[in-house]
Amino acid sequence: MDTERRARIDRLKWHCRRALLELDLLFQRFWQRHGDSLDPQDEPVLARLLEMEDHDLWAVLNGTGRVNDHELMAMADRIRAA
Amino acid sequence: MSYTVRKFDAVVVGAGGAGLRAAIQLSEAGLKTAVLTKVFPTRSHTVAAQGGVAASLGNSEEDNWHWHMYDTVKGSDWLGDQDAIEFMCRQANQAVVELEHYGMPFDRIDNGKIYQRPFGGHMSNFGEKPVRRSCAAADRTGHAMLHALYQRNVKVGTEFFVEWQALDLVRDAEGDVLGVTAMDMETGEVVVFHSKATIFATGGAGRVYYSSTNAFINTGDGLGMAARAGIPLEDMEFWQFHPTGVAGAGVLITEGVRGEGGILRNADGERFMERYAPNAKDLASRDVVSRSMLTEINEGRGAGPYKDYVYLDLTHLDPDVILKRLPSIHEIGIQFAGVDCLKEYLPVVPTCHYQMGGIPTNRFGQVIVPQGEDKAVPVPGFYAAGECACASVHGANRLGTNSLLDLLVFGKSAGEMAVDQIQGSAKVHKPLPTESIERTMARLDRLNHQKGGSNVHEARLLMQRTMQKHAGVFRFSNLLKEGVTKILEIADAVAHTEIQDKSKVFNTARIEALELDNLIEVAKATMVSAEARKESRGAHVRDDAHDTPETPDGRDDKNWLKHTLWHRDGNRLDYKPVQMKPLTADTIGLKKRTY
Repeated sequence: MDTERRARIDRLKWHCRRALLELDLLFQRFWQRHGDSLDPQDEPVLARLLEMEDHDLWAVLNGTGRVNDHELMAMADRIRAA
Repeated sequence: MSYTVRKFDAVVVGAGGAGLRAAIQLSEAGLKTAVLTKVFPTRSHTVAAQGGVAASLGNSEEDNWHWHMYDTVKGSDWLGDQDAIEFMCRQANQAVVELEHYGMPFDRIDNGKIYQRPFGGHMSNFGEKPVRRSCAAADRTGHAMLHALYQRNVKVGTEFFVEWQALDLVRDAEGDVLGVTAMDMETGEVVVFHSKATIFATGGAGRVYYSSTNAFINTGDGLGMAARAGIPLEDMEFWQFHPTGVAGAGVLITEGVRGEGGILRNADGERFMERYAPNAKDLASRDVVSRSMLTEINEGRGAGPYKDYVYLDLTHLDPDVILKRLPSIHEIGIQFAGVDCLKEYLPVVPTCHYQMGGIPTNRFGQVIVPQGEDKAVPVPGFYAAGECACASVHGANRLGTNSLLDLLVFGKSAGEMAVDQIQGSAKVHKPLPTESIERTMARLDRLNHQKGGSNVHEARLLMQRTMQKHAGVFRFSNLLKEGVTKILEIADAVAHTEIQDKSKVFNTARIEALELDNLIEVAKATMVSAEARKESRGAHVRDDAHDTPETPDGRDDKNWLKHTLWHRDGNRLDYKPVQMKPLTADTIGLKKRTY
């Protein structure tokens, strides 16, 4: 992995540090499962998902909430399934 | 490694509720103020606070600060300082109104006033009956509060340094605090923030325990920095636990689950609460349930490969009831325990929730240290507020909704005091002491060049498991003694951690190693302080502190009505008296804490 991509991945990993433990745990598992194999085209989708407020994000990830964006919902499903 | 220097009037470390509230005070006074934060401000752990903020507004029924003060002193098991508690309770209404003026969307009642809900431990007429005192914004009070405070800071021109890891206090030979060193996560650059006033609002250190409801960011950074700079930590033996966190994950299972009929069982499937609380059974108070669970585990009736948790059984309940009334619990079980709670038992364990102790301060947010006979000498230029600080208003046990109040009142207080200091005596920056900064650079250098050292993840896990077993919710003399030895051994390993990744950009391995440097100071402070306190009080409960007429519930006021001060240097303990004299009210006299 080149240095630039490494930096992008590391930045995303840090942005997965959240205010709620539930989110920290889900993202921890996601990175353990997918780690460096994350497709480059998934990076901006994950970045957009990470811009959500924590409570809204938790609702999407625990299945009680939705966003009207199929890319984000697909990414949320991957995180839940990790 | 090299560093650069930036000058500010004031630097605030941490952008949760306390840090943001303090920064408003500084920026509104026209001072050049920097706020350093590991994560974006509205992702601070204050977001997780749901219950509300306590204030005796009396919007729905009669209430006043005297009753609130009584509840807080009683809740603290008389370890709280009554001057600070009076100050906080009297300031509460103003703090809430200010927040409302900043745009906080509090829930309302029909007449337009702020809605208030009852909350555990908050009573009217000196403990007579529950009172509506908690001001809330649905179940997102902390989140709404952070947004209101952040927006206000943007308006008044606070300068934010987001994704910066604070490293160490800068303290000169006279003991004055002159700022903080910090690392920009994006570049790895180290900067000395040279300031006339430094305010720590770094939050709690709940990640010191294996099972914790705290987010990963709660690594006690302010406490570690303070300890390394020679500041003692106060009352670190007092940690609030919640009985039902998911074992191995810490995620909170609300008490509502037991309210709906959930039953606690040991490894043999026995409903053990029938033995400990024949009447209330699984609905006994938090501390009784937690202690019973720990007794089961310590007597070998725990479940799982390490026999270190018990079960919460919901399988006898109507699945429709669970899915309707407790929708997130089913998902929490699947996600964090790998268990379908409609068919299987949930593994649960008492879980660390809140830190009552911290960096010692007075009610003005000034950090205070002992000097000779005087146990409360302010450290020039240094302030602390919120969960990282110990004012001490929570004493041995915090009441729900008093934590948000604490960070509003003492955040503002610390900011106000710093403004006075800067506009008064501290008009110019004192020269930076190079020795203090070089120590930080040497610490970073050691981490970068360590060979054959210990693994950060393994050392942290060992520390967390040791804390959970030896200084958990229910404490045993022999386990505490062993715990001190073990935690000091782990501290040796932490001093020699090694990281493989030496890159500079968002190097999470380095950040985690630096966080562990802070957590281990908290672990040592907790274990040593807990081992030494030979009584039960509030959240510190020992099996060898017996219930006698002189020591009700094991509380020994004759010998232990005092604050612990742990000094990093030599793991030394010191004590100071509890301030029993309020500012204007009558002292709330000692008595047995019963509800």
